[in-house]
Amino acid sequence: MDFSVIIENIPLYVEGLWVTVQLVVLSLLLGLVLAVPLALVATSRRRFVAFGPRAYIYFFRGTPLLVQMFMIYHGAGQFDLLKESVLWVVFKEAYWCALLAFSLNTAAYTAEMLRGAIEQTSFGEVEAARAYGMSRATQYRRIILPSAFRRTLPSYGNEVIFMLHGSALAGVITIVDLFGAAKIVNSRYFVPFESFIAAGLFYLGMTFLIVWVFKIAETRWLAHVRR
Amino acid sequence: MVDLHGYLPLILKGALLTVEVAVLSLLIAILLGLIGAAAKLSGSRLAKSIAAVYTTVIRGVPDLVLMTLVFFGGQMLVNEIGDRLGWDYVDVSPFVAGVLTIGFIFGAYLTETFRGGIMAVSRGEIEAGHAYGLTSFQVFLRITFPAMVRHALPGFSNNWLVLAKTTALVSVIGLHDMVFSAGQAGGATRQPFTFYFLVAILFLVITGVSDLGLRWVERRYSVGVRKT
Repeated sequence: MDFSVIIENIPLYVEGLWVTVQLVVLSLLLGLVLAVPLALVATSRRRFVAFGPRAYIYFFRGTPLLVQMFMIYHGAGQFDLLKESVLWVVFKEAYWCALLAFSLNTAAYTAEMLRGAIEQTSFGEVEAARAYGMSRATQYRRIILPSAFRRTLPSYGNEVIFMLHGSALAGVITIVDLFGAAKIVNSRYFVPFESFIAAGLFYLGMTFLIVWVFKIAETRWLAHVRR
Repeated sequence: MVDLHGYLPLILKGALLTVEVAVLSLLIAILLGLIGAAAKLSGSRLAKSIAAVYTTVIRGVPDLVLMTLVFFGGQMLVNEIGDRLGWDYVDVSPFVAGVLTIGFIFGAYLTETFRGGIMAVSRGEIEAGHAYGLTSFQVFLRITFPAMVRHALPGFSNNWLVLAKTTALVSVIGLHDMVFSAGQAGGATRQPFTFYFLVAILFLVITGVSDLGLRWVERRYSVGVRKT
């Protein structure tokens, strides 16, 4: 194996790394923003209200991210109405399609985690909030949601890692992310081992970084339940 | 009604291939998972560290990167070895590369699942088996394994559902599974959304059916355990 080609192409990898980081961070943020209302509605006791978000969550968790991305990137062109609208600016770009697919996907997973956490909030906490005369909105804002967020933290760490790994799919639809960079290096110099191992090492490094960050976050926000 | 322009058989043929890939890679993953769990629980420091490296590296690198590495790299490796042995050029099929990679990846996840399951089996049962003069292998087959299944099943079910979805990646290395077929049909009919949506539904069918099956297994292996 000869890694000198990789060293020569480090700038390309770093560029790809930057795109990967962008995609992951942006989709996680967008996904989180979507996930909170989804989770809140999904916990509704009125079945027909909860049905919509639950169906959304079921669909996006039950189908492969690759298929979801293809549905958006390749599928959007099927609809003339969409093609003629201003939205086409978004749907004709692989980058925005990937970002949209990733956001919708992680929103479903995050909403499901939050839904579980909200439903498992110990009733004593809610009762105490009621005893203080808090309104429903205040209860959610000050008691239920902060507590649910904390308890979701460990599984959310896994979701962030899944999103990092899932983001490699962007390289399939012509985006030059970390995986895309490795693909370019491989096709230019025909070095499958070196090119993909280098990308793998970058991903591995980032995975360790995420694990480490979440460990710190857990000691900060979950200190009261840590064993 | 949606017009599929006669492409339904192609998609269903692809679906069959998807299921084949999933089941074969699951078998490899179970085998690797059991070996990995045995290594992690063994007294040997070497076996423990090999298993630790295996599970850490696999879970830290995207499945897509591993799959392309095995597919393109494996091609090169096989032919370099083949050159020395005087073989003709060998094509590594995407089927083999896909099944091996997915099996290899989920072997790492199942290692952790099985390890947890085995640790949950009470020591007394295993000791009793040894006391009856069973060999270690017999103890594993008749006591540890059946008792472990119940504990490992929730994690196992999860892994299987994720595995089934991961098979979609084999379309990237050119295997004509249902995602690939949907791409062809969608291109030919200019209805890509329709066909990808159909494939998404088929994935939901696969996961839905396996959910029913897994529930049956769970009931079977929980016989004799009182429900809370």
